[in-house]
Amino acid sequence: MPVEYRKETPSQTAGPYVHIGTVPVACGIAMRQNERLDSIDAPGPRIVIEGLVLDGSGAPVKDAMIELWQADAQGRVGEHGLWGRAVADFKDGRFFFHTVRPGTLPWRAGRMQAPHLTLTIFARGINIHLHTRVYFPEDAAAQAEDPALNRIEQVERRKTLIAERLGDGQYRHVIRLQGDRETVFFDM
Amino acid sequence: MNAKIQPGENQPGRTAWQGDFVRRDRAWHPPAYTPGYKTSVLRSPNCALISLEQGPAEKTGPRFARSMLHEFDNDLTINYARATGSGGEAIGERIIVHGRVTDEYGRPVPETLIEVWQANAGGRYRHVKDGYMAPLDPNFGGCGRVITDAEGRYFFRTIKPGAYPWPNNGSDWRPAHIHFSIFGEAFAQRLVSQLYFEGDPLIPLCPIVNTIPDKRAIDSLVARLDMGEMRPFDCLAYRLDIVLRGRQQTFFENLTEGM
Ligand SMILES: [Fe+3]
Repeated sequence: MPVEYRKETPSQTAGPYVHIGTVPVACGIAMRQNERLDSIDAPGPRIVIEGLVLDGSGAPVKDAMIELWQADAQGRVGEHGLWGRAVADFKDGRFFFHTVRPGTLPWRAGRMQAPHLTLTIFARGINIHLHTRVYFPEDAAAQAEDPALNRIEQVERRKTLIAERLGDGQYRHVIRLQGDRETVFFDM
Repeated sequence: MNAKIQPGENQPGRTAWQGDFVRRDRAWHPPAYTPGYKTSVLRSPNCALISLEQGPAEKTGPRFARSMLHEFDNDLTINYARATGSGGEAIGERIIVHGRVTDEYGRPVPETLIEVWQANAGGRYRHVKDGYMAPLDPNFGGCGRVITDAEGRYFFRTIKPGAYPWPNNGSDWRPAHIHFSIFGEAFAQRLVSQLYFEGDPLIPLCPIVNTIPDKRAIDSLVARLDMGEMRPFDCLAYRLDIVLRGRQQTFFENLTEGM
């Protein structure tokens, strides 16, 4: 007899009202009003990421909820990892994370990864959350050795994971769910 | 004041560097592109997902301390009215929803955050974007959360949500459901899904339910009436067990200190 396993609970879309359970203040619910999940308080150089999710027609996804998981400024995850959550603006779809620049992180077998943020996207019409990364344009040398970027066979597509630098510590990043210049999403 | 959730609080001795998580069975989950659910058409990637091994960031995740919870976070019948100061109780059929969170090997997932959100008894959400004609309940917010105990158990009290219409193929109807979000012990286990109720005739008609290809997978989202846990003269109970990705054992991996 083979060993029996349970099957993972299947995913369902987070739907258009995801904010009620995750960031209630965003949709007008007077609960948990002190939680500022898009602003991460940790030592290290401050950065601001302005993000935007676009659908296959190029229209902003205005009901998305985005989660962030990243290393701290020293490249540590686990209990030092930093987590956050942001909501796309209901009018223009833009979201912001105020955080610290992550350090270089370890990978498997003693290898290293270029500094990056992991983002997961939840929204109506997304049946299972999408998992992507954001790298920084200043880290080209580390990115040449990065195991995740190197896994992407189409070199051109690697660029979809590099943020645009707007100024000191300020970045913009567009996530395209579909079509021309579709963002790379991972299965980990 | 920033009452920020602190990842890593209260987590001494975490076994963060154990084995990998079992790969997701993507044929068991709904695919990204499900034309029966029209919104997915423009929101589904065309390219294949890039498969990648799990690194330290995927094998750990945010941890949430009990200290962040408010007293009535897991009682949706009163938590909104307490927060707004009205002090009333939500209208509707009072229910307990409970169950156990385990991984695919049946191991409990303790101390993990579950967040829930739902419509009121009339099928209306307290959300600026919900314009359904059913009235808001002044005493119902529809927002709750709970942290599993040492055995992975959770429970919350709420009212049974109503079915509601939504534009898809004309007016489709959602079966009564409670949305839930769960973190697990690592980022790789993150899951958001929906709980349905045993016996609801709308379940097989729902285009969102039917994004899941396998009937057995759909069944695993249907909470069962649990008369053993009903509270006499108070509320009925429903049970849903939740399964997160399993973590394999570590056999030959070097555990690097401080990674
Ligand atoms: Fe819903």
